[in-house]
Amino acid sequence: MKESSVHENAKKYGMVINLDKCTGCGSCMVACMSENNIPFKADETNKLDSITWMRVYRLTNKEPFPKTEMCYLPRPCMHCGGKGDHGHSPCVSVCPATATDYDHKTGIVSQIYTRCFGCRYCMAACPYRARYFNWWDPVWPKEMESMLNPNVSPRMRGVVEKCSFCFHRYQLAMEKAYLEERRELEEHEYQTACTQACPSGAIVFGDLNNPSHKVHELKKHPNAFRLLERLQTNPKVYYISSREWVRRSGDNYLIGENKTSTK
Amino acid sequence: MKMDRRAFLSLGVGVAAGTTLSPLPWKLMDDISIWTQNWSWTPVPDDGECTYINSVCRLCSGACGITVRKIGNRVVKIEGQNGHPINDGGICLLGLSSPQILYGQERVQRPLKRDGKRGEGKWIPISWENAIQEVFSKLQQLRSQDMPNRLACITGTDQGTVPRLFERFLTVFGSPNYIRMPSIVDSYELTLNLMQGGPSSVGFDFESADYILSFGSGIIDGWTSPVRMFKLNSQWKDKNIKCVQIESRLSNSAAKASQWIPIQPGTEAELAMGIAHVMVKENWYHPDFVQNQSNGFAEWRTKLMANVNLEHIATITGVHQDVIIQVAKEFANASTPIAICGQGRGLIPGNMREFVAVHTLNALKGNINQKGGVGALAELDYIDWPEVMMDAIATKGMAIERIDHANTDHYPYARYLMSRLPKVLLNQKEPMLEMLFVLRSNPYYSLPGTAIIKEAWEKIPFIVSFSSVMDETALYSDLILPEPFYLETYEDIPTPTGYLYPMIGLMRPVIQPLYDTKPAADVLIQLAQKFEGTVAKAFSWSNYQTCLEKTLKDKWDTMIKKGYFLDTSLSQVWKKEFTTLSGKFEFKNMELKELEKETTPELEGSKEQYPLLLIPYDSLRIASTSVANPPFVTKTIEDNVLKQNDVLLEINPITAKSLGVKEHDLVEITTPHGRAIVRIHLFEGIMPGLIAMARGLGHETGGDYLYGKGVNVNSLLGSIESPFSGFEMAYATRANLRHV
Repeated sequence: MKESSVHENAKKYGMVINLDKCTGCGSCMVACMSENNIPFKADETNKLDSITWMRVYRLTNKEPFPKTEMCYLPRPCMHCGGKGDHGHSPCVSVCPATATDYDHKTGIVSQIYTRCFGCRYCMAACPYRARYFNWWDPVWPKEMESMLNPNVSPRMRGVVEKCSFCFHRYQLAMEKAYLEERRELEEHEYQTACTQACPSGAIVFGDLNNPSHKVHELKKHPNAFRLLERLQTNPKVYYISSREWVRRSGDNYLIGENKTSTK
Repeated sequence: MKMDRRAFLSLGVGVAAGTTLSPLPWKLMDDISIWTQNWSWTPVPDDGECTYINSVCRLCSGACGITVRKIGNRVVKIEGQNGHPINDGGICLLGLSSPQILYGQERVQRPLKRDGKRGEGKWIPISWENAIQEVFSKLQQLRSQDMPNRLACITGTDQGTVPRLFERFLTVFGSPNYIRMPSIVDSYELTLNLMQGGPSSVGFDFESADYILSFGSGIIDGWTSPVRMFKLNSQWKDKNIKCVQIESRLSNSAAKASQWIPIQPGTEAELAMGIAHVMVKENWYHPDFVQNQSNGFAEWRTKLMANVNLEHIATITGVHQDVIIQVAKEFANASTPIAICGQGRGLIPGNMREFVAVHTLNALKGNINQKGGVGALAELDYIDWPEVMMDAIATKGMAIERIDHANTDHYPYARYLMSRLPKVLLNQKEPMLEMLFVLRSNPYYSLPGTAIIKEAWEKIPFIVSFSSVMDETALYSDLILPEPFYLETYEDIPTPTGYLYPMIGLMRPVIQPLYDTKPAADVLIQLAQKFEGTVAKAFSWSNYQTCLEKTLKDKWDTMIKKGYFLDTSLSQVWKKEFTTLSGKFEFKNMELKELEKETTPELEGSKEQYPLLLIPYDSLRIASTSVANPPFVTKTIEDNVLKQNDVLLEINPITAKSLGVKEHDLVEITTPHGRAIVRIHLFEGIMPGLIAMARGLGHETGGDYLYGKGVNVNSLLGSIESPFSGFEMAYATRANLRHV
């Protein structure tokens, strides 16, 4: 309880993704791979074992030609706050090794690889499939090890990994701020790799609690929604779409259920 | 002590309880997970000083500014350069993957000479000195036999100092056969040439336009400068600017447009004429521009009114009359509407009737050479090298017709006709080419009609590739003289296609060359200097970098500081006057009358044998220009495009049902040009009767991460030559499917 009241005053980093602007180009996916030393295999077409912290899904309205519509939906980790935003994310609640934890200062769900022993409970618990298991040791062709980012440790076989909201960028920004005797970050000082790369400006990242950050207003957009909101996982990633079928595909509805319940 | 059963069990329970309550199991569990993860083979990246260097990306013609993050001496990441006029911080996934090419296994690490058959991949390393000597002696032989025109050179673009040096070399050597790879740059150049007077390249002021009408252009699928277009697409959404996409398949661009109008492939020109017809009939055009600044309007109008029948157009295009009228009305009501064309990424020059008809729409609104319009951009004239002195051999060689017949009586409008080269070589009576240079292009892979190209390649005795990676053209060459990768060297990057201001970007080395490579221009300078006389004189620079610095003169310092040179005064860069014969915008001059003979040739094969129509499509997640997919980019390909090594063929469920094929069925696709095994993917967003396949797969190179994945759609397509311009216009091919 005490922790969650701290959370109220603390940061709550989140994203608002404008699906009308997202073009499905895949820059966010590659920016993430490059920033976070995500491995690659010869065959990545089995998407169940293809590690993509950020994955862009293609949705269609399933209408016949020519009424067909298509929309892309980038899916990072939702960094769920859990019911009442107390930090009981689905994955954190089930981890027996405390390898994944909720940071009440930032609202970021961490993943500590060296603690993870690969039971994959968290993967079963995550309703967003945001978590990936390393079935194999990552292999980089020898020369390509040169492009590994020292700020993110490469993972090994047998552990689960997922999007960290580029937490190392937060740490670097905070270190810099401390050096300059500041305790607060400017909005631009901490941005995730996907946000930075997005050529369409579809992804906006910031502190959802901070009224001066863009996400604070954007999340209140009348067309904003979150994925599987009714599970009360309280995700920190919001989406905006002007198309109703897209908003509705963010959750599961009974046939004939009131359409206005998309909000 | 007596150990009875009771004591034993108590002890057991005690030990179990004690252990559980102690931190031991937790500590052990934690330790085990740590111990089992300390593998020596999991790399630990070296730490070092973090630095950022600005440069320009050269992986496509987009010319994005990049910021390269380095740790110590390693290139770790590419980011979009903040504040850069083209991409302002944004970047595409291919640019982001540059380090994977830089450090990739496909890099050609030293000059290689073919050993074994072409394409076999057997090479022997050769020293630079010997390699250059070998090329030189072959070149010298051509000159001594008085047939310098049997040297040809293919480059990706013809702008910038390096392609211009190649052109210069060929000229002074005596060969007219300098060829640029085909793209919509050809067709837009010609459109402007015919209607506004040349020479100029096209610029679109999308930033100030208020209505976009796209005839199949992949606005967010890689058309012209991809990241610029992404940014614009978002700006249009913010400003509520309507964007209409006319395309037979629900591409990303169609899906994100305000309105998608499906059309029968290959009938875009007709639709544009239909829209023009409505605008003229209803007097919805710009009277001042048409009356005062244009020529031939009355004649054009008479012909249009007599020949164009909206009902007929609706039938052949499949676009309802009401929709044609709606679009015409919206286009006319907008103040600065822009109509664009060039399918997908714009790799195929296409149908000139279409380009002229679409540009006519812009002219009807008078939206030419003005804010928010389409303009003719004068080339930035910074390359002012002294004229070459021609010796007798060169003069004689240059007087001979180009091998592709561009700029001859047969094809007076085209500057380059790369797509004709294979046909010419196959029909040659005596050898026409002895030697071919290929720079920054992959013609062996990326031209429609792979089978013919493969055959034609056999007719070229000596092929020199300057590629820094092993692409198909390099694989099937005889000598590879690898250039440094773009992150390892200086170069000027010309204005990105379609950008509205002339611009030069400065690409600069962010890392010492990793391998024994040499800038192609340096090879050229060294080759030239081995000759005596005029050839050597035309290349009097000590090396390429000196040449670049001297060429850029006072701009060099600005560019070193800023990374680019940009001329943003629209009034100066956009040609105010039309340089046509009449000095006005031409609706119907002699050449445009000639254009009437441009028909869309009947596709090969009979409808009975090949009832379906295969169209290629572009996706940003599959590189299809001179660069092939690095591993990260391939990883983003969806499993309904590529599944294991099978490419998926998009087909409408209705068509699939009539053919009796289901999702993921393995089928054989046959076209008059080739066959392949593919998998079925049912997609509602494609017009019934059509099938679509992604461009950029089916590589013969690329190692574990690319080799053999999917099918090269060019092997199923056939080249279609425009009767008017000679340009490639392969937009589709007839096809049939069969269960396997």
